[in-house]
Amino acid sequence: MTITESVGGNELTSEAEREQAQLGLTPGQVAIKRARRHPGLLVGFGILLVMALFAVLAPWLAPHDPYLQNLSLRLLPPAWVEGGQWSHLLGTDHLGRDYLSRIIYGARISMMIGIGAATIGAIIGVTLGVIAGYFGGWLDQAVNFLVTCQLAVPSLLLIMALVFVIGQSITVVIFVIGATHWVFYLVVTRSATLRIRELDFVAAASAMGCSRLQIAVKEILPNLLNQILVIFTLEVAVAILNEATLSFLGLGVPSPTPSWGLMIAEGKTAMFFQPWLVILPGIALFVLVIAINLLGDGVRDVTVTNRRS
Amino acid sequence: MSTESLLEIRDLSVAIPTETSTLRAVRGVDLELRRGETLGIVGESGSGKSMTALALMNLLPPAARRSAACVNFAGTDLSTVSEKELAGQVRGRKIGMIFQEPMTSLNPVYSIGRQLTEAMTLHGEVSAAQARRRAIQLLEKVGLPDPASRLKQYPHELSGGQRQRVMIAMALMNEPELLIADEPTTALDVTIQAQILHLLRGLQTELGMSMILITHDLGVVSRAADRIAVMYAGDIVETGTTAQVLNDPRHPYTRGLLECVPGYREASAHRLGSIPGVVPSMTGDIRGCAFAARCPRAAEECFIDSPPTRPLGPARTYVCHDPEETRSRSLLEGHDREQTPVNKPAKESVLKVAGVSRTFSVRRGMFGKRKSLRALDNISLEIRKGEVLALVGESGCGKSTLTRTILGLETPDSGTVTLAGRPVGALPPRQRARMIQPVFQDPYSSLNPRKTIGNIIGRPLQVNQLGAKAEQRTRVRRMMELVGLPARVFNSFPDQLSGGQRQRVAIARALILDPEIVICDEPTSALDVSVQAQILNLLLDLRDELDLTYLFVTHDLSVVAHLADRVAVMYLGEIVECGDRDTVLTHPKHPYTRALLDSALSIAPELDVPEPRLTGDFPNPMNRPAGCPFHPRCPLADAQCRSRAPEVEWAADGTLVKCWRAGDAAGAFSQLSAGQTPENWPDPPKINKEESAP
Repeated sequence: MTITESVGGNELTSEAEREQAQLGLTPGQVAIKRARRHPGLLVGFGILLVMALFAVLAPWLAPHDPYLQNLSLRLLPPAWVEGGQWSHLLGTDHLGRDYLSRIIYGARISMMIGIGAATIGAIIGVTLGVIAGYFGGWLDQAVNFLVTCQLAVPSLLLIMALVFVIGQSITVVIFVIGATHWVFYLVVTRSATLRIRELDFVAAASAMGCSRLQIAVKEILPNLLNQILVIFTLEVAVAILNEATLSFLGLGVPSPTPSWGLMIAEGKTAMFFQPWLVILPGIALFVLVIAINLLGDGVRDVTVTNRRS
Repeated sequence: MSTESLLEIRDLSVAIPTETSTLRAVRGVDLELRRGETLGIVGESGSGKSMTALALMNLLPPAARRSAACVNFAGTDLSTVSEKELAGQVRGRKIGMIFQEPMTSLNPVYSIGRQLTEAMTLHGEVSAAQARRRAIQLLEKVGLPDPASRLKQYPHELSGGQRQRVMIAMALMNEPELLIADEPTTALDVTIQAQILHLLRGLQTELGMSMILITHDLGVVSRAADRIAVMYAGDIVETGTTAQVLNDPRHPYTRGLLECVPGYREASAHRLGSIPGVVPSMTGDIRGCAFAARCPRAAEECFIDSPPTRPLGPARTYVCHDPEETRSRSLLEGHDREQTPVNKPAKESVLKVAGVSRTFSVRRGMFGKRKSLRALDNISLEIRKGEVLALVGESGCGKSTLTRTILGLETPDSGTVTLAGRPVGALPPRQRARMIQPVFQDPYSSLNPRKTIGNIIGRPLQVNQLGAKAEQRTRVRRMMELVGLPARVFNSFPDQLSGGQRQRVAIARALILDPEIVICDEPTSALDVSVQAQILNLLLDLRDELDLTYLFVTHDLSVVAHLADRVAVMYLGEIVECGDRDTVLTHPKHPYTRALLDSALSIAPELDVPEPRLTGDFPNPMNRPAGCPFHPRCPLADAQCRSRAPEVEWAADGTLVKCWRAGDAAGAFSQLSAGQTPENWPDPPKINKEESAP
């Protein structure tokens, strides 16, 4: 086979096209093609997009100021329930703040905390998991010891201590929740890495001169993505609810700031008489988690490598 | 053997509905089995052999649908019998079954005794004490020493060969009339394979059972079966007695398969035959003959009409359009290559292994005692430029540790591996990578499943920063062409490729850095025989074209005979014999080499399974025997062998041997060549096809 020298610009394009036709679609192109026909992924992505838009455009979309208290309109039910007002579509809370506005603003905090904390947990857990699984030996034992410690210390106690020491802010909450939710990632990625490192393609990689870091990042990590995605979708919900617990204890998001977790925590006292105070942010949370799940499953489906095309 | 028919299957089909279509795994199989007879069902993976056996017992996957005109077993039609009756009366009772994987077919949490007796007491007619007696009796019969104490053991305490013996005993507990053995020896080493096959044959004669032996190995079937049914794409394409089918194959597929087997055609200088293409997709209907697309003689009608069944005599048929006598035309036309210069003048050595030892220290649990496992014991080897050195040995002998050490992935405790004049450990990894590259055994684990083929082959270039991106791409495509991969798989993932294609990818990846030496670690043992032939041919072609040197690790002596220039035999971390291929294969000096040669089953329908000379199992490397490590299994061992390890010796013909009794063994052997039988070797050798074939 001789290498054809490229001549003019036009011919180069046609050459590239011809090559494309010969080689078939690249994995990226295949994934996009499949994504277009994947309803779960599209729905999940759509919901997340809408929620993100609401979060970003909250000042323009919210009908009221989420901090504005109107004690004369306390605990209004949603508009369609008897006693509700159409000016407050989803009613008001115990301080007379518009619930719809608080949910819209709350999307900012909750999505930030959920996705942020799950990402931080993933970074810690996956890094430690791959290190422990791939290098083994004393590193593995050290990481396992760390897990044992993490599991032995009540995480709430740890979070409380950390928040007291560092101070109270949204960033701190995200980091603290993330830093206490990495054990799942670690356990799963460690055992998967233990299995993968014995496979011949890892030996082939080191035989071709790859460094250990290159092997860990380029050969092992891509094979862990499915497991990481599954845990990520679970951890987002866990993180948001964790924030509610923290807020309930007065350690989470500082009080007037609207967040779904805080709203659930605050509404809890009146749950039996004004159930919507818990149900409405609960629904928002539920939809967010479902959307992330759908997206995660969809991404897994469109990146499968064994479907014969 | 009586002529009474035990099993008669007519028009058996199995269909498994999938999401999009129906997988028709078995398509109208007709079979007949007489009492006391062994029927070998031969075919490549995916041909429907196992499905046929499972359908017989109604053990198919839940979604599968079975249909048959009749499944007549000892007078009852199994296709009409209820599941309850089948479970209670037939399965495990009248029909016993042995599966391929002895490691997973025994339940790890129950003792051997419980699993054996359960097979009998389950049916409720025998007392526990009776079952126990029978279990002990059978364990003795399958050759497990001290059977009474074995009953208390758990599967993990037994070796693979021992487990397979237990499986056989379990299948025989109820004195079945029919024993179905599905690849019973595929997972075992050659010396163990010979033992197990011999045992099965002996038991069968003794108990008057019939047996269905499902295998892909034509050597095994030629020795153990009375009759053969060749399966292709869910249907039987040829049947007849073993001698008829193997000596006078009529169906082009049977002939293709036989020509793929190294050593079937006399000299090793020939290319192996190979069947182009792959087994067709089993979904939906196949129009015309299923083999037509791969058949070198396919005519127009083959693609249109189903081929007729052509009878050639009693119980001898083949299914093909071609009525002509086909023997004269070889599938290999135009493929013969020139005589390979086997004994090239010795060139300079490119790789030297000198006195390499490696001991692992193994610890059970955190506080367990450390035990040492000597994987390599003072190994010395030399590979010369352009040659193929075959490294032969059973699993656990340290082959993999040696290849890993040579590749620089393991550091030896003592000794050196010298590559191009420099110790391999001192070479920078990337420089080393450009000199020596591996091809691994299992193409399913040697390719990263999340990378595209183009990426996998190009990765060595990327890592070693050779050339710009566009240039790398061109080189990858050129390499794909060289190893016979179609361009359209460039962006595919490994899971979308067949086993043979994957192995081509692995070869392309190894060759793209243009190395001098390629270490092939059992590159074909995970592949079907027709694909194995393609890959072996490819490796030999590439060697000639690119002037490569191979270290070829294998357990298959027919492959060794086909392509090696020199052979090194390994046993328990030591090289016990090393020399020219012809010398080692025809005049083995070490008793282990001899035993390996005896156990290798070439295609010889007129011969029976050879009497295994090696007793016992491959020892656990953790408990190395004192003295010569081979002495517990060696028929020639004497007091000296038991007390002192032998030294390396050079025989007159340049062969390296490590054995106290090498002279005796060689002497015994030369006497044998003169037609005499020495006392210590019970019967004449059946080593080479050339010797034994008429």
